[in-house]
Amino acid sequence: MTSVLAVVEQRDGALRKISHEVVTAAHRLGGTVEALVCAAGPVKGADQLGKFGADTVVTLTNAAFAKYAPEGMAHAITERAKSGGYTAVVFAASATGKDLAPRVAAKLGVALAGDVTEVGVEGGAVVATRPVYAGKALLKVKVMGKPAMLSVRPNVFTPVERPKAGTAETIAANVPAGRVVVREIKAAEAGALDVAEAQVVISGGRGLKEPGNFKVLEELARAFGGQAAVGASRAVVDAGWRAHADQVGQTGKTVSPTLYIAVGISGAIQHLAGMRTSKVIVAINKDKDAPIFKVADYGVVGDLFEVVPKLTEEIKKLHG
Amino acid sequence: MNIAVCIKRVPDSETRVKIGSDGKSLDEAGVKFVLNPYDEFAVEEALQRKEKAGSGEVAVFSVGPAAAQETIRTALAMGADRGVLLQSDKIPADGYITAQALAAELKAGNWDLILFGKMAIDDYNQQVGPMVAELLGLPCVTAATHLEIDGAKGVAEREIEGGIEVVEFPLPAVLTADKGLNEPRYPALKGIMAAKKKPLEVKPVQLGAGSIEIVALTPPPQRKDGKIVGEGAAAVPELVRLLREEAKVL
Ligand SMILES: Cc1cc2nc3c(=O)[nH]c(=O)nc-3n(C[C@H](O)[C@H](O)[C@H](O)COP(=O)(O)OP(=O)(O)OC[C@H]3O[C@@H](n4cnc5c(N)ncnc54)[C@H](O)[C@@H]3O)c2cc1C
Ligand SMILES: Nc1ncnc2c1ncn2[C@@H]1O[C@H](COP(=O)(O)O)[C@@H](O)[C@H]1O
Repeated sequence: MTSVLAVVEQRDGALRKISHEVVTAAHRLGGTVEALVCAAGPVKGADQLGKFGADTVVTLTNAAFAKYAPEGMAHAITERAKSGGYTAVVFAASATGKDLAPRVAAKLGVALAGDVTEVGVEGGAVVATRPVYAGKALLKVKVMGKPAMLSVRPNVFTPVERPKAGTAETIAANVPAGRVVVREIKAAEAGALDVAEAQVVISGGRGLKEPGNFKVLEELARAFGGQAAVGASRAVVDAGWRAHADQVGQTGKTVSPTLYIAVGISGAIQHLAGMRTSKVIVAINKDKDAPIFKVADYGVVGDLFEVVPKLTEEIKKLHG
Repeated sequence: MNIAVCIKRVPDSETRVKIGSDGKSLDEAGVKFVLNPYDEFAVEEALQRKEKAGSGEVAVFSVGPAAAQETIRTALAMGADRGVLLQSDKIPADGYITAQALAAELKAGNWDLILFGKMAIDDYNQQVGPMVAELLGLPCVTAATHLEIDGAKGVAEREIEGGIEVVEFPLPAVLTADKGLNEPRYPALKGIMAAKKKPLEVKPVQLGAGSIEIVALTPPPQRKDGKIVGEGAAAVPELVRLLREEAKVL
């Protein structure tokens, strides 16, 4: 029986939700799934992974793993990957996974297919599809490394419940002291959702006219009851209206929410690069010829300062 | 400060992607190539660090076809001192192979910093930098948006979901640059003239195929035609109805 290693994530001792997506993707490769998490101690929520198809959940513990420890974790995961004869190792293409997966791949001396949006097995080979050229094309590849290394784009692999035993095991990991040390994490505004992981993203562009007007979008986000994050186009990030962490697009974040609402954004190709894999796209723009309407599923032509408050009101009614 | 910067020749981000007749690659006819935008941040950072230190050199390295000499000249025009092209007709889809070629070339140098872009905007691999770091056994911080160096100690910031990680590391080190790190300069005319006389060494390399095999390059699925729901605030109730009943996302 083949086995796939799903490298999942915790922060502050709690399993990150993206872990369910990693296990779901790993399951598509067939065989048994071993979920692996690096932590300082027991991980809250790790016992839930069985529900999403993990046959075993292994926690590798080390005091250094309280925060992200790139070198120590890469070492521990590599050792585990070498020991088990896994056919594939699957990471999340999160901030952590994007840093960690190439390190592990290089230690194992194999290729990495990063940020994939589809995975499967064809003729015995692991295949994966990845958006390239700013999402203007899809590259399908055979990943022939032993193991095949993959990282999966957040929000693409909708978690599927398929209960398994999910037996748990904790192993103390012996790792060399890391040279690269995370000293602190400056948290964003408490409770703020990251655009890359939110179910609903409402992005604003130059059409907002001035930074203070973003409150119109923040109110709409609040109406979604904690599932929505506010994003931005590069034009407004470069103008200093919004933080770079919120920028969507080629030089910002790639997002795939269930619902993307572009407000006062023209729809430049570099912006589309970051949001075209969203499930449903809504555009609000006063220019009926704005390119954003070409990718939008639903468009409203009009002044955002009239349309958005009305939308907030209607969404509040639904959630009220 | 001796700083190496790895740079890649990539299609301009405005490129209209046309797929080649093999169904596996970009049709390069009429495509404009540029220095990878993230690598501009890396080159800029190197130049500023060297200027601050008052001595040292900035050398740029690229794996690519003969035409990548142009990309190297762009970095030289920005102010880099010399360039090395590891010439190979094709850039492999497997980033590990590129990383091996770069690591072999960089191994002999006495670098304080080796800089990369966060990612190449064509293959979106986001891996060559940290892979080179592993191959050379150097500490590595990826996607840095802020960097401070004091002697042999560095502090970098990187964006994570919902926050910023502040990371300490010793030099020599490998860093990959994200937007926000600095504002890349435009090559001035004087720089462009000077670049023509700067050393650019071309070394042929033989690259293996690696363990990524391209099956197909295809256009993304067409989004089904969208519709304009209406104009102004009056269209909002209908929009909400469609989101609920048709798209089923509310
Ligand atoms: C290498 C490179 C990388 C880039 N990376 C990114 C990236 O990551 N992300 C990104 O977003 N861009 C990126 N860009 C920039 C991109 O090309 C565009 O310049 C940018 O996206 C434009 O931002 P915008 O849509 O907010 O502004 P504009 O293009 O100015 O559009 C403003 C829109 O608002 C509308 N509007 C104005 N007033 C109102 C109103 N009252 N009500 C409704 N609508 C209104 C207008 O009709 C217009 O369509 C990049 C560019 C390059 C060259
Ligand atoms: N062919 C190449 N030659 C030189 N540097 C490269 C090459 N490919 C990638 N790099 C470097 O590695 C970074 C990340 O690229 P990638 O892993 O392909 O997304 C780029 O920003 C460059 O700094």
